Amino acid sequence: MTKNGKKAIGILAIQGDFAMHARMLERVGVGWRLVKHARDLQGVDGLILPGGESTTMLKLFASEGMDKAIKDFAAQGKPIFGTCAGAILLATEVLNPPQERLGLIDMTVERNAYGRQIDSSVRFGECPELADHPVEMVFIRAPVIRRVGEGVRVLGRSDGLPVLVEAGQLLAATFHPELTQDETIHQYFVNKLGSDS
Amino acid sequence: MWENDQSMKLKVGLAEMLKGGVIMDVTSAEQARIAEEAGAVAVMALERVPADIRKEGGVARMASIKIIKEIMNAVTIPVMAKARIGHFVEAQVLEAVGVDYIDESEVLTPADEEHHIHKKSFKVPFVCGARNLGEALRRIGEGAAMIRTKGEAGSGNIVEAVRHLRAITREMRHLTTLREEELMAKAKELGAPLDLVKWVAEHGKLPVPNFSAGGIATPADAALVMQLGAEAVFVGSGIFKSADPAQRAKAIVRATTHYNEPQIVAECSEEVGEAMRGIDVSKLDQKELLQTRGW
Repeated sequence: MTKNGKKAIGILAIQGDFAMHARMLERVGVGWRLVKHARDLQGVDGLILPGGESTTMLKLFASEGMDKAIKDFAAQGKPIFGTCAGAILLATEVLNPPQERLGLIDMTVERNAYGRQIDSSVRFGECPELADHPVEMVFIRAPVIRRVGEGVRVLGRSDGLPVLVEAGQLLAATFHPELTQDETIHQYFVNKLGSDS
Repeated sequence: MWENDQSMKLKVGLAEMLKGGVIMDVTSAEQARIAEEAGAVAVMALERVPADIRKEGGVARMASIKIIKEIMNAVTIPVMAKARIGHFVEAQVLEAVGVDYIDESEVLTPADEEHHIHKKSFKVPFVCGARNLGEALRRIGEGAAMIRTKGEAGSGNIVEAVRHLRAITREMRHLTTLREEELMAKAKELGAPLDLVKWVAEHGKLPVPNFSAGGIATPADAALVMQLGAEAVFVGSGIFKSADPAQRAKAIVRATTHYNEPQIVAECSEEVGEAMRGIDVSKLDQKELLQTRGW
């Protein structure tokens, strides 16, 4: 919590599109701060793992003790939202190739599963529990969720594939809602903080 | 700026994903693996690093397709490759091969001394170099989705990168102080599209990410350009021309993330051995400069 008692969301800022998430949280009207060290997690009520390169983030996790800190943060029941690279970090299993991960959401994620940048695309998908309009989804060198475990709910689909999933307080999207003007998904995440946010 | 332009949303989107990271020049699959292992967010495939182009001379062209493919197969991070200024067929070839970003680069020998590539007609995104705001906005007008402020490539000397980064940020600050009726004359002076001049005047920044390149050789160099407003860094000769590429690459990655924390930049600086020797840019002949290419 910030000094005035308002809730704040941390945005992991080791590398990636953290500034776009900050822009979106401004629009939703919730406080935020950048997280570069494990100690920065003290005093935030939720965490966003942004898009970027998961391999780079993992390298810097090790030197900062960030992986353990994020797992502890999740164990306290605080909400975490990962987009693209962030979703890869949250998975229990990563393919193409296998790599380190936080292992917080029981799912198998395949990296770069649509192909290279030339295969990146903007599509409209369905998130029936969140919105009655088609949701704009920006996929950039995106992963695909190949399997979800029990207790993982699929909240959004595009072309039949799960692209937005939820496991308790954890949320993961293979696309980038932060690159659009549609606040639906960030608003849904912010609601997980509970009242007085 | 790009709310209704899906193509630019994807192109600028990938640049957003690279922010806060280090893009490293590599000339082989082995170097690409070292770069990825060190935490690079992307690699730039090229035949010779700028320091060698400078030394050996000759015509510098797009890298061999065989090497680019080997590099693409060796790593999972985005792979960029350079095309000569104005050489739109090299760009078509790189797009066909499937590289993730094309750098229309002054480091290679220009193919056209009047025109740059019409980048809007490509699906693959482009990054271009710029020494001042006018040059940056002309490139964006042609469709560049990322700007890298030019340094003097292959010099190991940060002075030119600092000069041009300061020039661009100063010019943008100045634009925000102008009255609306002054913007047309300013656009004429800059040689830049009016709509982009207006956008910068309103927002005080470029409508695409602004990275820094050219002459970055140490962790402190990387932190310097980040503090001056760069959003990510390209490191060329600085890594694989140094005594300890893997260690130096790792240290520059960490210093780029924590650019505002001198204690960490100090740790990164302590970890590395000898930097590339570097050259005094003021002693170079005007015709030896790479940065003046581009129009």
